[in-house]
Amino acid sequence: MRLEPREEVPLSLSVGAPLLAILGALVLCALPLAVAGAPVLEAYGLMLRGALGSRFALTETLARAAPLILTGLAAALAFRAKLWNIGGEGQLYLGAVAAVVVGSTAWAASPYVMIPAVMLAGFAAGALLLLIPTLLKTRLGVDEVVTTLLLNFVVLLFVSLLVEGPLQDPMSMGWPQSEPIVEEATLPRLIARTRVHLGLVIALVAAALAWLLVARTRWGFEIRAVGANPSAARFAGMSTQAVLLRVAILSGGLAGLAGVGEVAGVRGYLTTDLSPGYGYSGIVVAMLAQLNPLGVVAAALFVAVIFVGADSMGRALGVSSYIADLIVATSLLTMLLATLWLRYRVRWK
Amino acid sequence: MKVDDVPATARSPVLRLTGITKRFGDLLANESIDLELARGEILALLGENGAGKTTLMNIIFGHYTADEGKVEVSDPSGVLQPLPPGNPDAALSAGVGMVHQHFTLADNLSAFDNLVLGTESLWRPWQNLRGAQARAQELMSNSGLTVDLAKPVSSLSVGERQRVEILKALYRGARILILDEPTAVLTPQETESLFATLRRLAADGLAVVFISHKLHEVLSISDRIAILRGGKIVATQPTAETNREYLAETMVGKTIPEPVREPQSPGLPILQLRNVAVEAEPGRTPLRDLSLTLRAHEILGIAGVSGNGQTAFSNLLSGLARHHHGKVELFGKPLANSTPARMVRQGVGRIPEDRHHDGVVGEMTVWETVMLEDYYRAPYQRFGLLQRDAARQRAEAVIRNYEVRCPGPDAVTKLLSGGNIQKLILGRVLDREPGLILANQPTRGLDIGAVTYVHEQLLAARKRGAGIILISEDLDELLTLSDRIAVLYRGRLSEPQRVEEVTIRGLGLMMAGQGFEETAHAA
Repeated sequence: MRLEPREEVPLSLSVGAPLLAILGALVLCALPLAVAGAPVLEAYGLMLRGALGSRFALTETLARAAPLILTGLAAALAFRAKLWNIGGEGQLYLGAVAAVVVGSTAWAASPYVMIPAVMLAGFAAGALLLLIPTLLKTRLGVDEVVTTLLLNFVVLLFVSLLVEGPLQDPMSMGWPQSEPIVEEATLPRLIARTRVHLGLVIALVAAALAWLLVARTRWGFEIRAVGANPSAARFAGMSTQAVLLRVAILSGGLAGLAGVGEVAGVRGYLTTDLSPGYGYSGIVVAMLAQLNPLGVVAAALFVAVIFVGADSMGRALGVSSYIADLIVATSLLTMLLATLWLRYRVRWK
Repeated sequence: MKVDDVPATARSPVLRLTGITKRFGDLLANESIDLELARGEILALLGENGAGKTTLMNIIFGHYTADEGKVEVSDPSGVLQPLPPGNPDAALSAGVGMVHQHFTLADNLSAFDNLVLGTESLWRPWQNLRGAQARAQELMSNSGLTVDLAKPVSSLSVGERQRVEILKALYRGARILILDEPTAVLTPQETESLFATLRRLAADGLAVVFISHKLHEVLSISDRIAILRGGKIVATQPTAETNREYLAETMVGKTIPEPVREPQSPGLPILQLRNVAVEAEPGRTPLRDLSLTLRAHEILGIAGVSGNGQTAFSNLLSGLARHHHGKVELFGKPLANSTPARMVRQGVGRIPEDRHHDGVVGEMTVWETVMLEDYYRAPYQRFGLLQRDAARQRAEAVIRNYEVRCPGPDAVTKLLSGGNIQKLILGRVLDREPGLILANQPTRGLDIGAVTYVHEQLLAARKRGAGIILISEDLDELLTLSDRIAVLYRGRLSEPQRVEEVTIRGLGLMMAGQGFEETAHAA
């Protein structure tokens, strides 16, 4: 078997390959499903219905997708510049902390003041958190994979300290949770009696802007150049350090916004289980999307469908909801194979 | 094949290729190639880049499988045996050794470890240590290839690394040695010593395939020359019966006149360096006490073995490094706080040494590559948005004016050939009509057509009034293009001499350090 590079990729293939990859992942995951004792076809049917089959299911999926789009964009932008930001989870939590600090007292009467302030605070907090490892990287050459990853745990412990200390709600009867976000700072629901909130619109706008940034602007040009060949970028006159710092602000800020959405749009107060790993899932979303900001939207929806669907299927059939992680992980692997297939033709000898 | 067609030297072939054909998609890389190599023969395989030399050798070595045809190698008793295709292990054990253009040594291991790597058991590498050392010593004294085996490869010079590569092949019992462009990285003296070694090894029975596109080397080392063009062998001749003009014409398929450097009277000073010192990255040679004056309408050639300060020198002129001592004047103004972007804006055109590494972002399109140094300036950028139409138009002009062969401005840069990438960089740089041009190894790895084109363009820029610093390891190139030549040795620059006053031999001696000791005492 040999791989030969393709000169051009037919459209049918570039659309078909990712779909085949997802199908392949579902086929592969049939085995563990069967081992868990579930009827495979029925399980997948329940999953689909649980994620898309009703108005409630659909809105639940959209609510799940919103933070995933933001953390996915955070990872995609950073990875484009080869800034390996694994700290989306920590940036998300710090964004949520900032939202609570700014948004748990009604210091302004208008939501038109409070909501932008809460979002700005969350963005800034996430950005600041990623600036630390990025500066350590550009100044001292410290590996950002290690620092961003480990900061996640530092931040989570910090949040734990806050919700059991200075930020704890006196009315919580001792539960580790913060004071609630005030009405004026709460992100409005887009659809009544569901969990779809303004954060979804913000995520979609962010994706469109991120695409515009990467594909059409001078800054995006620098990001792509620095990411693909830093030494040519430097030779051409770009400052790799400035580019990385700019990317860090955007990436950390977007992850911070995801935290704002969760605390001010869904939960209403801060706890240590605010995020079921959205920061980490964002990395998977970005990889599935091949770092394309518009692809991030599709990939986030896919991951949300799997998570919401698997939850509902698991409840119905008594299968552990870890099956969702398994399906997402398997599709990441099959997607990698599919991208290889898009770039190379397989020749059998 | 009739018996009387067989050249006298090929009476007992150790290697025979019959009807080798290899396709890559629509491209016919090798077309029904027949070739024989005799024991003790040095066969030169001459051809331009893309002629199919490396493909052919990779087929012999088992990296590629031929679509048609067969490879036979003689066993120790002299009987030809077919070589199983696509199997480098089989090629190795049949006695085929290959020295690649880019060395395949583990830099962090010692020369000795590199020799035995892959031959001796990895499970218990010390098992046969003494025997292996004795064999390595014996090989060195028999072949005349001497290297300090205890040293790590990273501390060896390029010439020494090549010796390790050859020793490695011999250690594995190679009876056929394939050398892919072995002289590209060597000084004239090192080349001479390599040739002496090859002659000695051939006299002991080693069969050598010498791949090159340098005519004078091919003429001086080989017994027989096979010329590849467009994937086919277009001529095979005993070296004694051929000459340079014939080889050049046959290799290219047409006559390409080498551009002529017309006499020009130098103009105003463009670049003046006075006692300049530049720090270098760890492991690189810093510049010390460097002085020169470059005038308009002048090409100043910088000769020297690579690693003698060329990188620091080119970093200074491209804005990547700053001098910490001495004075630099560019267009009559002192140079301070230079950055790559500032150098470009002040009218310095920079052709980097490693075009893939520093010159282009391979993943980007051709139009993006063309505006890589101007993306932040009008008309390529407005309100932060890239002006794609303006950039495409300029790319189209560069493609047209600099004969870049590519599908168009939207082609992906890394899919272009090396020559076309270099033309793209040349176009990007020269299109701005820079007053100072830094050309660092501008023709390395290019075929004759592209080399001639680059030379013509540099001479045209000189005629227009540019001053050009030409850093090159190719002495022919330096002698053809330069008005004056200076030699870099261990970070110091010799007094530039008029090209009419220098000889290849003299340059070679200076590149090896002659003449630099006295100046050190005098200074």
